[in-house]
Amino acid sequence: MATLAFQQSEDKVLKPIEKLVYERPHALDETHTHYCPGCTHGIAHRLVAEVLDELGVQEKAILVAPVGCSVLAYNYFDVDGAEAAHGRAPAMATGLKRVNPDSVVFTYQGDGDLASIGIAEVIHAAVRGEKITVIFINNAIYGMTGGQMAPTTIEGQVTTSSPLGRDVAATGFPMHIAELLSGLPGTVYSVRRSLHDTRHIIQAKKAIKIAFEAQLQGLGFSIVELLSSCPTNWGMTPTDALDWVRDSMVPQYPLGDYKVVDELKRKRGRK
Amino acid sequence: MAKELLKGNVAIAEAAIRAGCEAYFGYPITPQTELLEHMSKRMPELGRTFLQAESEVAAVNMVYGAASAGVRVMTSSSSPGISLMQEGLSYIAGSEVPAVFVDVMRGGPGLGNIQPSQSDYNQVTKTAGHGDYHPIVLAPSTIQEAIDLMVLSFDLADKYRTIVFMVLDGAIGQMMEPAELPPMRELPTERPSWALTGKGNRDKNIVTSIRLGAQPLADFNDILQEKLAVIEKNELRYDELYTDDAELVIVAYGTAARVAHTAVKRLREENIPVGLFRPISLWPFPYQRLGELADRVPTFLSVEMNAGQMIHDVREAVGRDVELDFFGRPGGIIPLPEEVEDKVRAMWRQQELAAQIN
Repeated sequence: MATLAFQQSEDKVLKPIEKLVYERPHALDETHTHYCPGCTHGIAHRLVAEVLDELGVQEKAILVAPVGCSVLAYNYFDVDGAEAAHGRAPAMATGLKRVNPDSVVFTYQGDGDLASIGIAEVIHAAVRGEKITVIFINNAIYGMTGGQMAPTTIEGQVTTSSPLGRDVAATGFPMHIAELLSGLPGTVYSVRRSLHDTRHIIQAKKAIKIAFEAQLQGLGFSIVELLSSCPTNWGMTPTDALDWVRDSMVPQYPLGDYKVVDELKRKRGRK
Repeated sequence: MAKELLKGNVAIAEAAIRAGCEAYFGYPITPQTELLEHMSKRMPELGRTFLQAESEVAAVNMVYGAASAGVRVMTSSSSPGISLMQEGLSYIAGSEVPAVFVDVMRGGPGLGNIQPSQSDYNQVTKTAGHGDYHPIVLAPSTIQEAIDLMVLSFDLADKYRTIVFMVLDGAIGQMMEPAELPPMRELPTERPSWALTGKGNRDKNIVTSIRLGAQPLADFNDILQEKLAVIEKNELRYDELYTDDAELVIVAYGTAARVAHTAVKRLREENIPVGLFRPISLWPFPYQRLGELADRVPTFLSVEMNAGQMIHDVREAVGRDVELDFFGRPGGIIPLPEEVEDKVRAMWRQQELAAQIN
């Protein structure tokens, strides 16, 4: 990691900064994103990039982007990237990882992509213990298409395709992906975190790092579910949206470790 | 290498391996399953990738992933499975990564049956997914030709960064014939410059089929069409029998061409001047050569194992000024040579009568 950076002083001479406290992760490209103001995709991107930096794996990382708001994610990471068909990122990642076994392959998928149209692909990637990492963004809604009901939409939640609020008797119940995938032997790490405040963001980063370490150790399939906000489609201010994650989503989607295999626990214990 | 008695599906799998196939992803479906089974044994022996996917949908996307990594990769399936792969095929075409597909066709529509058929002609030659593109489509009619075209498929896929389909019906997949396998090729030690391998010290590579701007997508389509035009010019393949002096030409491919071949030989013994034109590349379709024949030949007959799919390309090739008739058996039935002979005799009588009246 870089320990020095430069700032422009008044006489235009670049001088070393004494102590660097914040910089753009190397694994992020220097570009603007298209995400809405207040959306937590930016936070999730940054956390993943920081982890890639800290693990020193930017050069061998391959991102598989989904269809959804993060369809252009490979434009924001400075790593090799692919764009999968809707829901098929775990299958595409499987193909990439099987022929590039030394690379670090991760998918970044939303809830419509992973939990709805792509549920078979993610389950079977986990069944096979595919050595990939899945970053799963759960914001309880289809963002890119303009706020329709997702498999993760909570009971009573108003969306553009559940205008009276989600009626679970007619449309089914919210899906709990971290719990679901934790039941499969090929899954070595399945946890849920939230991005609604600083403390939880720090916890999310730790989880993302363990998920990538699981892949680097060749243990199997790892997934981090991140509760995220969608102010635009929820019709809220960014801060109200973060409060809604805390007050409405966290009770429905309890944060926690649903599966951590012993190899990862032992490693963490030594630190 | 000496000739061996080989089953079609097995011969194709082994030919793919010897052509340098590094990864295979597939799903069981009759009548191609022996291909997958052979791969499941041989690929791990050679330290290469074999994976039985959870569905054809997953298989094609695994192919997409491995193709994006720049290795020689293939899958095989049969008609309903190819239907499921259409989404992935379109993404692969939109990303311009090379990939090879084998379609051992069966009767449709729907679940249809598992009998030999040529039901996928339209499905594979007319884009094989949404958007404007064509895969290269090669159709062998013997096991030796299937072996040779399998090797060629990988070379063409790499050369043009395109999808190559080898299509055969279940009869060629299931039967045994003496044939000679090619020598084992060395695998390349390096990946193409565009491949996803982790960026290392270079700039990042991106494999994608999304071009959000209207003009960028239009520009990409222009480039794609230019490439397809080059393929149309360079990759025409066909075979002819007795077309020099023929006054009636049968057009047929695959097993239908074998049946027609037998019929043509017998009809020649009756002094009926019939010939056989056998497209080997179904896309690009040999329009020009057939058109040249139509300048001289007044009557054509399209023989297919379906309800009439290739006949529309034959019509486009020969124009409206010649007679074009159809004989086909849908439903997974292989037409008998005798049936084709009867059809040709009837057509020939009409032709002679018409000539006498004129």
